[in-house]
This record gives sequence, structure tokens and C-alpha cells, in this order.
Amino acid sequence: MSRYFTDEHEWIDVSGDIATIGITDYAQEQLGDIVFVELPDEGKEFAKGDDAAVVESVKAASDVYAPVSGEVIEVNSALEDEPALVNSDAEEEGWFFKLRLTDPSELSALMDEGAYKEFVAGL
Amino acid sequence: MSDETAIGPDDLPVLALPLDGWHRERGGRMVDFAGYWLPVQYDGIMAEHLWTRESAGLFDVSHMGQLRLSGPDAAAELEKLLPGDILGLKPGKIRYSLFLDEAGGILDDLMVTNRGDHYFLIVNGACKWDDIAHLREHLPDEIDLNHLDEHALLALQGPKAVVALSRLGLVPALPEGVPVADLAFMEAAPYLWDGRPLGVSRSGYTGEDGYEISVRAEDAEALANALTEQPEVKPIGLGARDSLRLEAGLPLYGHDLHPGVSVIAAGLGFAVSKRRRTEGGFMGADRVQAELAATPAEVRVGLTVEGRLPAREGAIIYSGDTVVGTVTSGGFSPSLGRPIAMGWVAEGYAEPGTTLSIEVRGKRLGATVVAMPFVPHHYVRKGAKA
Repeated sequence: MSRYFTDEHEWIDVSGDIATIGITDYAQEQLGDIVFVELPDEGKEFAKGDDAAVVESVKAASDVYAPVSGEVIEVNSALEDEPALVNSDAEEEGWFFKLRLTDPSELSALMDEGAYKEFVAGL
Repeated sequence: MSDETAIGPDDLPVLALPLDGWHRERGGRMVDFAGYWLPVQYDGIMAEHLWTRESAGLFDVSHMGQLRLSGPDAAAELEKLLPGDILGLKPGKIRYSLFLDEAGGILDDLMVTNRGDHYFLIVNGACKWDDIAHLREHLPDEIDLNHLDEHALLALQGPKAVVALSRLGLVPALPEGVPVADLAFMEAAPYLWDGRPLGVSRSGYTGEDGYEISVRAEDAEALANALTEQPEVKPIGLGARDSLRLEAGLPLYGHDLHPGVSVIAAGLGFAVSKRRRTEGGFMGADRVQAELAATPAEVRVGLTVEGRLPAREGAIIYSGDTVVGTVTSGGFSPSLGRPIAMGWVAEGYAEPGTTLSIEVRGKRLGATVVAMPFVPHHYVRKGAKA
């Protein structure tokens, strides 16, 4: 399994043609206490860059974009009752949704962990 | 994230307040607020909010305008610009009031303290330059108006504020002065702290007991240190300040209040003193008196929102398919663990218990009109013991 990152602070774990997507620990820290996550409907198809989810912190709402194109096959329903999972475990238990990739070639434009760390360090 | 050369919304540089370095050293996340760098949070809005409700939080509100007004008939002159009873405001007492325009629209809300030899006004940071211009334009030249821009303003809020501040051993600066613990809500007095002058009032904007302290810029850091050294006190950012005041049902100027709305419709009729209702004689009095006689077309209400999705400023409020209003402040209430909102709705939809809905990203959320505050106030009134 490989993990990719975007400059919008999302992580993408890819296993076969399935991508699991969440926001990074850096992103959750910037957002602060998360009180609600609006997840997409299963079966929905996204093109790369589409609005895919919304994260509501105490202070504000932030959009999460589809980092790659694909069809939603599963959402993390644990976030309904416990949105704070995104704060406590952003990069594992706090995942948002899974996509079946429609264009795996898009992955090549994403960052690996080292490049993302460098990117965050430069912010 | 931020740097000293950032430019504010009006292309003006964002300014540093006296405690700028103090916040940064403590990990405050600084944002541009009303043209100044201020911390939006330290540990997290939720934790800071709950800490303030249980213990005591220290807020830097130095961006607010601190004005000193004195001269012949200062009270009578000030009364021409606001609907409060200033002539009847005794030394050491504070009154909440509002500057109104000719049409009765709200220009700002403020606190007025009678400091004996002058009046002390605290106005909103984002409005202070306009307020100063407004006052200078309408007050006679004989009235002196000073902007205390070399003073910081700290708010110490929460049930343990009284214990923490008392431990600092402030000495009343006037012979008739009392210990800070004996000030009642909306009373103020001058004190000396190790010889440094402090203007202390028992007031605030969180719904909790607490104090606001005007301090010379050069003493601000020492005072902030002394207060946060108390085990009850933590520094708190603007994020929690906003969620605390929303739970307390207190309107925020520029959001819930603006020149398009009036005092009575805003539910702030308590700020229009009895004598002034009949006498009038202040800018905007015609509208205030007309609205006292008839029901305003739109009023400010509190709303609880079903589910967990917050309805925020700008969300449209419906009754069935009819648009009846707009949310002006909204968010998640840390104390209640649910979303709450403040908004303006048409007359007829303002009774507590009225069921409405609020549209958020295409979804209709159930909402119910409720009496404010959402969380009870804990002010220490005169005659009551803490």
C-alpha cells in the first residue's frame, strides 16, 4: 500500500484500485476542534477537485476536495457520532471516505510523505 | 503562518498590540482581527471555552477602543448620541449603551463608565475610528475626547476570576474604594497593583462573572503574567470568546447588530432608559419611540439547531417554504454539545417554541426559537454574595 499527499492537506492510501482518503494531522491541527463532518453519499462519482466533504470546526466550515477521480464506495460512519476522531487520529481512524479510482494516473501528480513534510515545513 | 508585513483588509498593515509577543511565546495562533494580530486559540477552542465556564480565562481585548470623555455637561452631551441614562449614572457605575445614527440604526454598542471626573467608554475595535469621528463631529469642542491607545485591556472571565484577581492584592486607589471582590456586576473602580494604576470593572462578555482591566501598555505583560501564574487562569483566544458570548445570547456588532437594525428590534430595549423613552432627545429617538409603540417588523432571536451540523452566519431561515429570516451568528455550543444560532426573523416567528428550519448547503435543518441566553448568566449582582 502506498500513501500519497496533496497540497490541500489530504492523505490518500492506495490499495489496488481503492483509495482511502482523509485529512492530515497538520490539517486537523489547523482546523481545531472538529464538531461535524459532512460525508458524500456512497455511489457518488467525483472528478478530481470536486467538493467531496465538509469539515466543521467550532469556528468555521472547510471544504475537502476529491484529490483524485473516482466513485465513493464507503464512508467512515464512525465520524457521525464521533467527529473528534479526526482530531485524535486524523491519519488512521479519522479517515473520511473510500473511492474506486477511475484514473489511477492522477496519483503520479501527488506528493509522497517526504515531499509533503517538506511542503508543510515551508508553510 | 503569519508575518509582520501582512496586510489587512483595508490595505493597512496589521498592527501588533502590547501583548503580541506574550501570545506568540505561549503558542497563541495569531490572526488578523479588526486590523490587529490577536490569538484565535491556544490549546483549542473547545477546551478553552469549557475552562472559562469552569475556572477563569484571560482574554486580550486590547483592540477595543478605550475612550475618555470629559468637559462641561459631558453627560448631557453624550446623552444626545445614545439612548441610555448617563445623567443618572452614578460614579463607579457602568451602563451598556449604543450609538445610533439619525435613522435609529445601530452604529456600535459600548460600555460607559462614570469615573467621577470623566466618562470612560469601551467601544468595538472594528468601529473605534468611526466612533471617534462620530463623537468628534457631534460633541461640542469644549468636550475633551482622548483615545487611550497606550492602554491594553484584559478580560478575566469565569467563576474563579474573583479568587484569582483577589490574590494579586490590588489596593483601592480611592478612599471609599472596596476590594475587587466587593465590586458588583457593572461597577468599576481604580486600583493600584504594586503602584501601577489599573481601571477595574466587574463586567465582561461571556455571561460569566469576571473583570475587565484597563492597564498601561508597559504594565500589560507583568499583569498578564501575574494572572496566568494563578492556577485558575489560562490564556484564552478569540475563538472561545465568540462561542462564549453566543451561548450567553450577547450580540456581536458587525454580525448580529449593524446600521440596518434598531435597538428595540434587537431586543436591547433594556438599554433605552425609562426617562429617555419618554423624553427622547437622542439621535435616532424617533425610530426607537415608534418601535416601542408598535411591534418591529423583524426581531433578533435565539435558535437551537437539530443534529450536529452548525448553521452559520448567512444561512437562510424558513417557516415551511417561506423565507422568514437569516442567521447572523451560529456555531457549535461547547457547553451544550449542540449547534446554536442567533438570527433575525420576521415578526410572528419570534415566539419561543416556534419551529423553523435553516438551510445549510442545500439541507434543511430543524430549528426552534428559544429564549436567550442559551447558557444561564452568572453575574454577581449587587446585594448578592458570590
